[in-house]
Parts: sequence; structure tokens; C-alpha cells
Amino acid sequence: MAQMIIIGGYLALLLILGVFASRMFRGTSQDYMLASHSIGPFLLLMSLFGTTMTAFALVGSTGESFEQGVGVYGMLASSSGIIHSLCFFVLGVPLWKLGCKYGYTTQIQFFRDRFDSDKLGLVLFPVLVGLVIPYLLIGVMASGGVVNGVTQGDIVMIDGVRTVVEPTFAEGTFPAFLELGVNEATGEASFAFGSKGGLPREIASFVICCVVLTYVFFGGMRGTAWANAFQTIVFMALGVVTFYVIANALGGQDSLLANMRVIGQGVAENHPEKLDREGMSQLVFLTYMFVPLSVGMFPHLFQHWLTARSANSFKLPVVAHPIFIMIVWLPCVLIGVWATSGLITIPAPIEANPNLVLPFMVRNLAGPILGGFLTAGVLAAIMSSLDSQFLAIGTMFTEDVVVHHGGKNRFSEKQIVLIARLFIIAIVALTYFFSLYEPRRVFVLGVWCFSGFSSLFPLVFAALYWKRMTKAGAYACVITAIASWIYLFSQSGFGMDAGYYFLGMMPVATMIACSTTALVVVSLLTKPPGEETLAKFFPVKH
Amino acid sequence: MKYLVWGLVVLLIILHQDFWFWDDDRLVFGFLPITLLYHACISIGAGFTWYLATLFAWPLDEDEVARLARNAAAAKHANPLQGGGK
Repeated sequence: MAQMIIIGGYLALLLILGVFASRMFRGTSQDYMLASHSIGPFLLLMSLFGTTMTAFALVGSTGESFEQGVGVYGMLASSSGIIHSLCFFVLGVPLWKLGCKYGYTTQIQFFRDRFDSDKLGLVLFPVLVGLVIPYLLIGVMASGGVVNGVTQGDIVMIDGVRTVVEPTFAEGTFPAFLELGVNEATGEASFAFGSKGGLPREIASFVICCVVLTYVFFGGMRGTAWANAFQTIVFMALGVVTFYVIANALGGQDSLLANMRVIGQGVAENHPEKLDREGMSQLVFLTYMFVPLSVGMFPHLFQHWLTARSANSFKLPVVAHPIFIMIVWLPCVLIGVWATSGLITIPAPIEANPNLVLPFMVRNLAGPILGGFLTAGVLAAIMSSLDSQFLAIGTMFTEDVVVHHGGKNRFSEKQIVLIARLFIIAIVALTYFFSLYEPRRVFVLGVWCFSGFSSLFPLVFAALYWKRMTKAGAYACVITAIASWIYLFSQSGFGMDAGYYFLGMMPVATMIACSTTALVVVSLLTKPPGEETLAKFFPVKH
Repeated sequence: MKYLVWGLVVLLIILHQDFWFWDDDRLVFGFLPITLLYHACISIGAGFTWYLATLFAWPLDEDEVARLARNAAAAKHANPLQGGGK
């Protein structure tokens, strides 16, 4: 119960922060969506980093390193340190400049203007929202799983029957459909195969969605930036504490170094393959490098870029981002690998669902109070991404659909903010509905989602740097990217086949090759952009 | 200097593909897998390279930045609803 109180207290604190931020709200949609371009370097760093680090970075990385070993760090963490900052540098700064110059709030406004096409937004909008949904799903799914995981009772065998001991919530507290799971051996419904005495994941996910919605609605972009900064500090600090506590509890020696040596030795004896990349394809490892390109097309990051007070605000995020990634990923990857050391027994249901490795380690190796704080840290990472995504899809809907196609003077400021909120609720409800189905591996679903955004990277890169790119080329790129994504995602059983590769490579490589080819070939075959457009986006420097 | 910075970025991308440590399961200091230590160094190297990039290859000049900031402030007062583009 201690964990529940701490988690509840943390969520209440976030709500207070949202209400406090709302007192600074200037009453305009511009302030609600972009915090009136007032975010300085530190807040920009924390909000960009908090937004990009989600359940994927904590729950996903721990689970995946438990499965695949330390190679996971190179696959996504060190590559992201290079590629994310590259995107901030070559895309973020020029887009911020254009946003200030021509008053953009969303990506779609930029693309419509750059390609002189009103309809391009109608093609791009469903594609971007459609790709954000799996991203939201990762957070919603993982938050429910983590809260349930740390509040479960202990499972013991009594007379050959799996039994829940010391549950946080006794059987019968919640309706049966939330508490009972199926014992696959017998086919019977059982409490010990369901919520196991923890808060059912459906309820936990629902509460998290409501809390994030509330502080986003109260505080807008300013509240989101503040909440992101606060939560980023929380999850980074608690991540380090988690690492220290788990190392000491697992090793049982006098010092941290001695503990880590004992655990390392345990892994070397039991699962030496987790300490290198034996069995991992070099081509797959290489093509993982394309996955972090996704940050170039995340709608929520575009919006965060535009909140910057000045171009110089980008310098700190560009430099510190790789180091911050290391601070978060390194302990998580080590904890995942340590779970194979033989010093702790990982039960079969946890082994079968790597999303649960981190909550299992926290629950078993930290006390209930520290466990509660550590869970709050994991939730902080999840919520600091969900909030920006909620705000970005609401902004896109109002700016690119309602205001643009309905007319600027048709709605009042209050009505625009209300429409944004209603659309966000609809999308969150849809995501929550999907989360009730059989959960996918957070890491696998995350990689598919990021791959979709990466396949659109050529669109934004060429729009900024290739004068010859045309409207038809942009359409071809978007349609090819999403068509190849849908085809390959369906071939993987919509993420069920975790080891799905195409031509021996990560599917993202094929998607980018297809979208780039379509962009280049169609652009070269169609009429070049007009002089006016070129003068606007590629002014001659004197 | 600008070309050196971009050269370092390319070098980082090449060094990232460390096939030389592929099957090496040595533990440095008795606890840290060598491949993990190597990639942590890549992360630190990336931070340093991007620091050099902000010093020597920053894409906007200060005058341009000041002018844009003034334009943004003027646009904000003139039309708080904003929403640019077509």
C-alpha cells in the first residue's frame, strides 16, 4: 500500500504544477500551444530530453537488454546521441528560424507553405496522427504494466496451486474482468494469473491518462514544459538511485564496486552471451542507426523546437542530449543484463513479458517506500512524453484542420482551445482502447513507431536543403513511406514477430530507401518549384 | 574548422559500428562489459563533437537571430491567433 500512496502523492503534485502553470496562462492559443516562444536553454533541454525519453528508454531498454544483452545500448542509445543532436542541429534550428519568420505552429503549416499545396496537409495529418497513436500506446500500456507490476503480491505455490500472498488489493476489490487472468495450462480464470493483487493495469493506465490530460489542459505548453523539466529531473535522479539500490541488494557485498563485480561474474558464468553481441547481425545493428532519425519528424518535437526563446537556446540541448541519454540508458541496460546473473530468479511469466523485468526488479530488490518512489520515477519518464504528444495532436487538429479549413475568424480563442481538448480526449480514448488488447513488447512497438517517422525524414530534410524538390515529390514521399510502413508492419504480425527483418536489415532501411527514391524520382520528373517559393525558402545570401 | 567538425560526426558514425568488439565479452574493472564501455565513450564523444559544432559550425549568425526575435515579437502582438502558412 505504501507504493500506492507515494504514486498517488506524486500524481497529485503534478496536478498542482499544472494548475500553477495555468495561472501564468496568457489566454491566447499561441501561449497555450507555444508558450509564446519564451522557453530558455535549460527548460528546452529538459523538455526535449524528457519528451524523447519514454517508457521505451526505461521499461523497454531494461526488458530488451534482458533479452538481447548489452548490444541494445549501441543499437539505440549511442546512435541516438549522435543522430538526435544532428537532427536538432540540421533541422531544429532552421525550422525554428522559419517558424519565427513565417509564424508556423505546426509541421504541416511549414510543408503546406514550402510546397505551395493546400491539400498536402490533408494527406500528412492522418499519417502523423496515425503514427503518434502507437507512440502513445507505448506510454499508456507501460504505465499500466509498471503500476500493476510493483503493487502485486508475492506468488507462492501452496499445495501445488499458484497463490497470491500479501496483495495490495484483495481478490474481489475490483470487478472480476479486471482481476482475473487465464491459466493457460488449465484454461481456468485465476487471480494469480490476472492482476495478482496489484492495481489492475486497465485502471492504472486510465488514471495516468486522466492526470496527464488534466495538467496539459490546465497548463498548455508552459505547464507541459515545466512538468517535463520536473519529471526529467525526477526520473534521472531516481534512475541513479534505482541502479545503486538494485546493485547493492543483488550483490550482497560491502561496497558498490564489489557488488557490481559479483553481479558481473554471475552474468559471465550464467549468460556470457549477454555481455557481447554474439548472434546479433552486424547489418541489423548498422541499420538500427536509421531509427533515431524519427526525431526529425515527431510533431511534438517540432512544437517544442518552436517554443525556444532564441536559436542559442538550442546549444545546450544539442551538447547535453547524448550525455543525458547515457545517464538514463546505461543503468537500465545493466539492470536488464543483471537480471540474467542467476542472483535473482526471474519467474517464467516475467521472462515471457520483458516489459515486466524492471518493475519486477524494483519490487523485489527495493523496499516498498523506495519502490514507490522508483515507480514514480518511471511514470515521470512516461508522462513527460505523453503530455507533449497530447498537446501536439491537439494543436495539429485545431491549426491544420479546424482553423485552416474552417476559417480563422469562425472560432473564438476559447472555442479553439476547447476543440483541441476534445480532439485530444478522442485520440487518448482510442489509444486506451487499443491498450486493452494483448500487450506488445514496448521496445518492439517503439521501434516500429519510430521507423514510421524515420521514413518521413527525407521529406523534411529535402524540404529544407533541396531546392529542386517539388509538391508531387512530397506527396510521393509521404504516400510511399506510409504504404511501405503498413506493409512491413503487417508482415511482422503488427509487432508480434519481435525478430522480423526485411532483406536481413531493419525494415526502416527499406522504408527510407523507398520514400527517398519516390521523392527524388517524382521531383525530377515534375515541374520545379516557382521563383517565389525558392526566394522565400532559399534566399540568396549577400 | 567547420569541415573538421562534420568530419568528426562522420567518424563517430563509423566508429559506432565496432565490429572489433563484437564477440568480446571481457569485463572492464571486473563489472563493465567492454562493448558497453566503448559505446558509453561514443556518447561522451558525441557530446564533445556537438559542443565543437555549436562553437564552430552554428548555422545562424547573431544579427540574424536578433532580427528574427524582433520579428517574432512584432508578429505576436499584431496577431495573437497567428497560425502561419497557407
